[in-house]
Amino acid sequence: MNAAAINGGAPEKTDAIKTAIEVEHAVKRYGSFEAVKDVSFSVADGEIFGLLGPNGAGKSTLIRMMTTLIPLTGGRAFVAGHDVAKEPDAVRRVIGVIPQALTSDPDLTVEENLSIYAKLYSVPKAERIKNIAEVLEAVDLTKWRGAQTKTLSGGMRRRLEIARGLVHNPQIFFLDEPTTGLDPVSRIAVWEMLDNLRKTRNLTMLLTTHYMEEADKLCDRIAIVDHGTLVALGTPIELKHSVPGANVVEVHFDRETNEWQHRLEKLEGVTSVQAESAGFYRVLTSSGSKTTMQLVELAASLGETLTSLSVQNTTLDDVFVHYTGRQLRDEQVKPAAFTMPPRPGAQP
Amino acid sequence: MNRMSAIIEREMRKFFRSPTLMVMSLMMPLLQLVIMGNAFGGKIVGARVAVIDYDHGPEAVRLRESFEAVAANIKTFKTIEYKDELQAREDVRTGRIDAAVVIPAQYSRRVYSQDKPQLGLVVDNSDQFMSGSLEAEMQALVTALTTPAIQPRLANSIALEIVELYPYVNYMKFLLPLTVSLAMYISVMIGGGMLYIDDKARGVHEGYLVTPITKFELVFGMNIAGSMKAVLAGICITVIGSLMAGLGVIFHPVALIELLCLIVAASIAFNGMMFLMMVRVDDPLVPRAMFGVLNTLLLYPSGGMYPIAAFPRWLQAISVIDPFTYCVHGFKAVLLKDGGIVAIQYDLLFLFAFGIGTLLIATPLFKRTL
Repeated sequence: MNAAAINGGAPEKTDAIKTAIEVEHAVKRYGSFEAVKDVSFSVADGEIFGLLGPNGAGKSTLIRMMTTLIPLTGGRAFVAGHDVAKEPDAVRRVIGVIPQALTSDPDLTVEENLSIYAKLYSVPKAERIKNIAEVLEAVDLTKWRGAQTKTLSGGMRRRLEIARGLVHNPQIFFLDEPTTGLDPVSRIAVWEMLDNLRKTRNLTMLLTTHYMEEADKLCDRIAIVDHGTLVALGTPIELKHSVPGANVVEVHFDRETNEWQHRLEKLEGVTSVQAESAGFYRVLTSSGSKTTMQLVELAASLGETLTSLSVQNTTLDDVFVHYTGRQLRDEQVKPAAFTMPPRPGAQP
Repeated sequence: MNRMSAIIEREMRKFFRSPTLMVMSLMMPLLQLVIMGNAFGGKIVGARVAVIDYDHGPEAVRLRESFEAVAANIKTFKTIEYKDELQAREDVRTGRIDAAVVIPAQYSRRVYSQDKPQLGLVVDNSDQFMSGSLEAEMQALVTALTTPAIQPRLANSIALEIVELYPYVNYMKFLLPLTVSLAMYISVMIGGGMLYIDDKARGVHEGYLVTPITKFELVFGMNIAGSMKAVLAGICITVIGSLMAGLGVIFHPVALIELLCLIVAASIAFNGMMFLMMVRVDDPLVPRAMFGVLNTLLLYPSGGMYPIAAFPRWLQAISVIDPFTYCVHGFKAVLLKDGGIVAIQYDLLFLFAFGIGTLLIATPLFKRTL
């Protein structure tokens, strides 16, 4: 676990900030297999908190423990101040949960789906009618309230799922991969909707996602989970800074010599150099502009020609790969014949 | 209660929004009633019987005339002349004819001299229904021929006077109690078993489990909904089936109440049994595989098709704990015999006890978490 990233990302413990979710040394075991290993974090009131991780990392297990769906093997978790193990009903009353799958009933109408879930939370009739109208407005499905769910598009069904999770006015919202399977336009619509909901309803949200862009845009803080362990935690900016090299310079030389690797490593601010192919290098550096200038001057002084040169900021993709590695999770089960080369600076 | 009613509401709305599912759950028992009721209920007509006459005497002629009478009137069989007994046997074996009657030489003389006259009947006993029918018909014919034209003043044989308590019950009527039971079972199997597991697999239950609904509300909500669907199926099939089979019992208010009680009790029993079997199942393929076996295991020992008294002990033991047995018995008592509440009280008691008992066992097994 990256200590710097985790310390940097810890929420400020002041009296003004209330804690919505507190997970202390959570452990989940299935027989001898440990799906979640001593995970601790907290989510502040009104915060959007992202759980990132590859398939099978333990994200869904963590969410399921927090939403009382599966019991913890060890440790404790508090949601809105209620212990999930001792007061599961109190937890269930204050949370809204959007599972990964689309589970609204396709045979029922949009309004019927919402009404049934409001009844499951014992929302009184008058309040139920008001809430349904409000959430339908919030997710822009008012004119579809009488339509059977099976007639809706994937994006609309996802919005219905979100409305369903809100129909009882929860304080804390859990979303398990809320935009999986959506086209880019629908995905952006869901992001905007979640952002609006947070602003208008002061919701605390905990979401899991595979989309780095989604986490970057939506989340105040992000926790990266891998092999059941929390490997990094912080704001998106903190996490990007925690990766060696703030910028990636990609350079392609006209002529390949054995000297380039050595010369590039000597430039100021460079943390690592990776030869990608003949004459093509990826250079991680703390200052993209400085390295670029030095590189151009060096090439000019040696009489070498640069075919291409680009400078990029570190993205959450880089952070994700840095902390979780490039190995596909399937390869852990069956040894692969081919292993992707490690990204420069990536931890083994 | 509000939360329990939400589960029931959802299930019932789904049920009425899926007319294909509804129709299919009713169609199969009705089809079975029509097909099996007609297939098993009929009498043999037009069987081909060879006659090999080695006698040609007056009694042989008399016998052949009686065969012609059968062919012309009740049409159970028609006769075909054969010269060679061996050829007739071969043809019975190959299925070209269904039976062969051999009238031996000296048959007429033996009849007149009362010297144990005998006839031969060659039958294909691989088809027991056909051979049994022909044997019975021939036996009746022979008995009629040997009865003296003038009855003795004092009868020297014991006569059995048969009193039938109920009007003639054809096979379709006989099958109706089983059909009604089967309709409710199929409704529970689809609406309570398969949909329950499918909902689990689709994550619908996960949606329920994150709400504050209690285990009791969830279990009873699902079971009440399942039983309601079975009650609707039971009422539909009882009415349609009774009309198809020509039973007027559904027009008697008291019988209707008795039938309703039976339908409710059977629905609870079947639903409880199904829930107990499915409570820990997650794989949607399991109920589909299980129900084929269950059909055989529960349907045949119920006495709905064959009398329980004809079963071996181990099969009788199954029928004792099989809710189908009590369901079929109860419906038979009301639909065919007009037996009243006394005739069905133990059936009702067993079915209610079975349903409540299975639910009581299943409830602690139901997991409130994943």
